[in-house]
Amino acid sequence: MNKSSRFVFSSLCFGFAFLYVPILVLVVYSFNQSAITSVWGGFSLRWYFALFNNEQIIDAALLSLRIAAVSATFATILGTMAGLALAQMGRYRGRLLFTGLIAAPLVMPEVITGLSLLLMFVSLQELVGWPMSRGASTITIAHITFSMAYVAVIVQSRLSSMDQSLQEAAMDLGGRPMQVAFDITFPLIAPSMLSGWLLAFTLSLDDLVIASFTSGAGASTLPMIIFSKIKLGVTPDINALATIIIGIVGLGITIASWIMLRQNKNKENG
Amino acid sequence: MNTSHATNEVIKPLGMNFRDAMWRKFITYLPYLWLLLFFLAPFIIVLKISFATPIVAQPPFTELFDLDSDTSQWWLASWENYQFLTEDNLYWVSYFKSIKVAFISTIICLLIGYPMAYGIARATPIKRNILLMLVILPFWTSFLLRVYAWMGLLGKNGIINSALMHIGIVDSPLQLLYTDMAVYLGIVYTYIPFMILPLYANLEKMDTSLHDAAADLGARPWQVFINITLPLSIPGILAGSLLVFIPAIGEYVIPALLGGLDSLMIGRTLYDEFFVNRDWPLASAVATILLLILVIPIMLFQRSQRDKPQS
Repeated sequence: MNKSSRFVFSSLCFGFAFLYVPILVLVVYSFNQSAITSVWGGFSLRWYFALFNNEQIIDAALLSLRIAAVSATFATILGTMAGLALAQMGRYRGRLLFTGLIAAPLVMPEVITGLSLLLMFVSLQELVGWPMSRGASTITIAHITFSMAYVAVIVQSRLSSMDQSLQEAAMDLGGRPMQVAFDITFPLIAPSMLSGWLLAFTLSLDDLVIASFTSGAGASTLPMIIFSKIKLGVTPDINALATIIIGIVGLGITIASWIMLRQNKNKENG
Repeated sequence: MNTSHATNEVIKPLGMNFRDAMWRKFITYLPYLWLLLFFLAPFIIVLKISFATPIVAQPPFTELFDLDSDTSQWWLASWENYQFLTEDNLYWVSYFKSIKVAFISTIICLLIGYPMAYGIARATPIKRNILLMLVILPFWTSFLLRVYAWMGLLGKNGIINSALMHIGIVDSPLQLLYTDMAVYLGIVYTYIPFMILPLYANLEKMDTSLHDAAADLGARPWQVFINITLPLSIPGILAGSLLVFIPAIGEYVIPALLGGLDSLMIGRTLYDEFFVNRDWPLASAVATILLLILVIPIMLFQRSQRDKPQS
């Protein structure tokens, strides 16, 4: 190895250690018998039992999962439409503003998005009487709004990089745009739509700030409960919760990449 | 960059009938209207409420057009919130500190992320996919819990302090948590994938024939890097830096969990103004100024998104 590749190699090692050591420590200490972080009191599952007996956390997790599933589904529908509009609809009035509206939610600080959506909901309530109260439904609308931008970017980049000839052929053979979209375009971009859905689901499940702004008195999502607990310091049952989440994500990613690998192999063989 | 001509190509049927035109309108304008209603319109309302006066009511602010029974004035908008912002030192300090923290964090992300992105882009295809997945994986796990992981490491009874005391480097635990250093660490830790990914996309696509030519002509590796790789990767550097810098300025969770009581970043000030002081108009004024600061970076980001070669 020469000098420059040694530098690149060691920065890769350092970078990945930086990314993964904190997570590993968290996982290891979730099995700690002792309640004090730095003292290893032996292997135990007591924090997992404590977690599953905590009704507040279970309720919040169920609420978060429900919001995430609904908002990811709507975000995928709207985001796919937006991706199509950006990639294949050519010029139309307001296109420049539209591209701006898709790019801005990706970087907008959460406090601004959250505050502005809340004030919007309050004004709408004054004006038209809807939404009656703030809670799961307003959080869902907020989550749809910022995650559809992510879906749109994923779908758009897939659409503009893929071979257009199938769609063109279908059009030449007299297919109507709607038919072509459902029979050809959507099946072709289905993997991107799926990864868009998964990303939207994760973003929704993870959001604290926007949910805090747009929620009402009744609804507390999982991140809101976690935040109120960890603000006061480290609590071992949150370590257990983190480990479960990391485990699910790790498993999901492993399965997804295994399926992708197999598909690639099939393509090569067939 | 020459492959991007397909982007705006319209796929059109032979003749457009009414139903086709409706479909086209539906696809385009439904997401458009959604974003106008729930993303653009809210900003206008924030702007409006930033000129209102806080009152004890539901909602806790005055209307701009209303009859004031005492003064019989109709127009109740006031600059008071903005005046207050400029007079109170707290807000100046918060804005300045946020920009400083975001800027320094972006530089650190770039210094750590660039060699990593470079290494990934130059690895063999199989290794490249694995390394890329390792960069993306933390992105899928909870942001909140990744920040929390550092609380366990940095705390008074945390792993780092116990290790240091065990070895005997320090006698009493160091104050690591609730410091500015912890805030920098947290921001770099959570935002670094955003720096690596666009940089990787840029470096991976880079045509290496220029490098070979330069090397053949006798350039040293560092000369090739400074004169060819670095200038060609500027779009990637810009995109990655903006993806870190813009959200980091308004960051709330990291300073709230890892920072000390004096770590006044503007996201936290805004949040407290809203949730603790319940001063909605002032929070709106804080948000409006923050948006003004971010207008140029966001426009730069949007341009970098539009100009990017399609992958």
